[in-house]
Amino acid sequence: MDIERIRKDFPILDQQVNGKPLVYFDNAATTQKPLAVVQRISDYYLKENSNVHRGVHHLSQVATEVYENARSYVAKYIHAEESKEIIFTRGTTESINLLANVLSPWIQAGDEIVISGMEHHSNLVPWQQLCEKSKARLRVLPVDLDGTLDLNFLEKMLTPQVKLLAITHISNVLGTVNPVKEIVKLAHEKGVPVLLDGAQGIAHAKVDVQDLGVDFYAFSGHKIYAPMGIGVLYGRFTWLRRLPPYQFGGEMIDQVTFEKTTFNELPYKYEAGTPNVSGALGLEAALRYVQQTGLDNIFKHEDRLLKYATEKLETVDGIRIVGHAKEKAAVLSFLINGIHPFDLGTLLDQMGVAVRTGHHCAQPLMDFYGIPGTVRASFGMYNTLEEVDIFADAVKKAVAMLR
Amino acid sequence: MTIAEKEQEVIADFSLFENWMDKYAYLIELGKELPLIDEKYKTNQYLISGCQSRVWLHAELKEGKIFLTADSDAVITKGIASLLISVLSGHTPAEILEAKLDFLEQIGLKEHLSPTRANGLSSMVKQIMLYARAFQIKSKQE
Repeated sequence: MDIERIRKDFPILDQQVNGKPLVYFDNAATTQKPLAVVQRISDYYLKENSNVHRGVHHLSQVATEVYENARSYVAKYIHAEESKEIIFTRGTTESINLLANVLSPWIQAGDEIVISGMEHHSNLVPWQQLCEKSKARLRVLPVDLDGTLDLNFLEKMLTPQVKLLAITHISNVLGTVNPVKEIVKLAHEKGVPVLLDGAQGIAHAKVDVQDLGVDFYAFSGHKIYAPMGIGVLYGRFTWLRRLPPYQFGGEMIDQVTFEKTTFNELPYKYEAGTPNVSGALGLEAALRYVQQTGLDNIFKHEDRLLKYATEKLETVDGIRIVGHAKEKAAVLSFLINGIHPFDLGTLLDQMGVAVRTGHHCAQPLMDFYGIPGTVRASFGMYNTLEEVDIFADAVKKAVAMLR
Repeated sequence: MTIAEKEQEVIADFSLFENWMDKYAYLIELGKELPLIDEKYKTNQYLISGCQSRVWLHAELKEGKIFLTADSDAVITKGIASLLISVLSGHTPAEILEAKLDFLEQIGLKEHLSPTRANGLSSMVKQIMLYARAFQIKSKQE
């Protein structure tokens, strides 16, 4: 993998911040977009833009075709059985909210939904609200101190009352790659369907929904080099077919009279209103870019960055790395004794290094560790070992100033 | 000294620094030296919720003047709080309400005032102004 060539595809990286070359280590929040993605969006608006579906004219048919091709490509990318199992949404959060909304008739008083202690608020609050509304119970699989989940414990939690297991594929704070295939298997043995929050998983793991056997998989485009505002809810056909619609109007409609409306078939049933066509095309372009670069190459490179950064930071006096799972991906969260993450992040920014500080939308996890937040460096395919050196030196310099 | 004069003094102090490191090193020093808020005020009641660093602010009126104390768990935030306090504390509510506080911009710390920085500073200024208004109304009633 030729990093220098890849970096040329991401012109945004070639800039100065506060007079220093930008080191972009905030990829878990959002990734930068390669030219191929920007170009695809631009091409769409320059040559193909029209409203999709039902149009009889040429441009509408072109737009419909490229939009549906994007859906097919996404389906292939995550190895869905059929492209109608791919629902385009605004992102992971909307995907999960959609699911929580349409599952609500299935959740009765006394039922349980199980999540884990390392969930992002987006895979916690929708379920908490649903439970509140349905008088169901939200149960939380605890995280071990090293940042992993105890599957034996999970097995015990999967009682007949459990109607859904909603769990993250990769933790956005700890970097833990959960053993999702095993988790799905465990849940299915007890007849419990599973939603995986793939916000991080899509970019840092191979996702094969059939191999995982998962019922639902939610992800955002922008975490995998695609534009913001496009995401996916994958749902197994047998599930999506049975579930009610989410929003009403537009393409999701079949027949309307003032007395009654019948709804369109999948996937349109879940795509009310004019969809984000350019976003879907950008997502396809991004996935193609990733595929061309090679998932294995990317993961190997990110792993090298993670290990190197971990080694480097371990030499900093008072360092505490949060998350020690054996299977860990592209995310390095840490704290330094006596130093507030905000202070460190502010000084790193002065040195051109972009990291994220705070609770990373996982407040219960922060409470579990008894910390106000962490500093999080997260890597993408275009980051380099030299950037890790700059980052580690910047951390040391900041620590010296703050002590 | 008036608030405006104090602002000028801070600007003069900061003009001595040639680079960001010295500026931040100075802020960190100020943060470390800030006389701490009385522990009894470090409660949720006095907490200004910024997104990332917590800031406690206490104000009291003595002989017509407002005296401020603050603390934060982030030292840079504390340093900026210290600057604010050094400029505003010991003045009447009316004087504080009229303060322009453009020194933060002039010393190159305006970015910290942006609400998106989420360090609680803009809420802190707002809170000081609220205190000043409340004290002003109260003293008029008396």
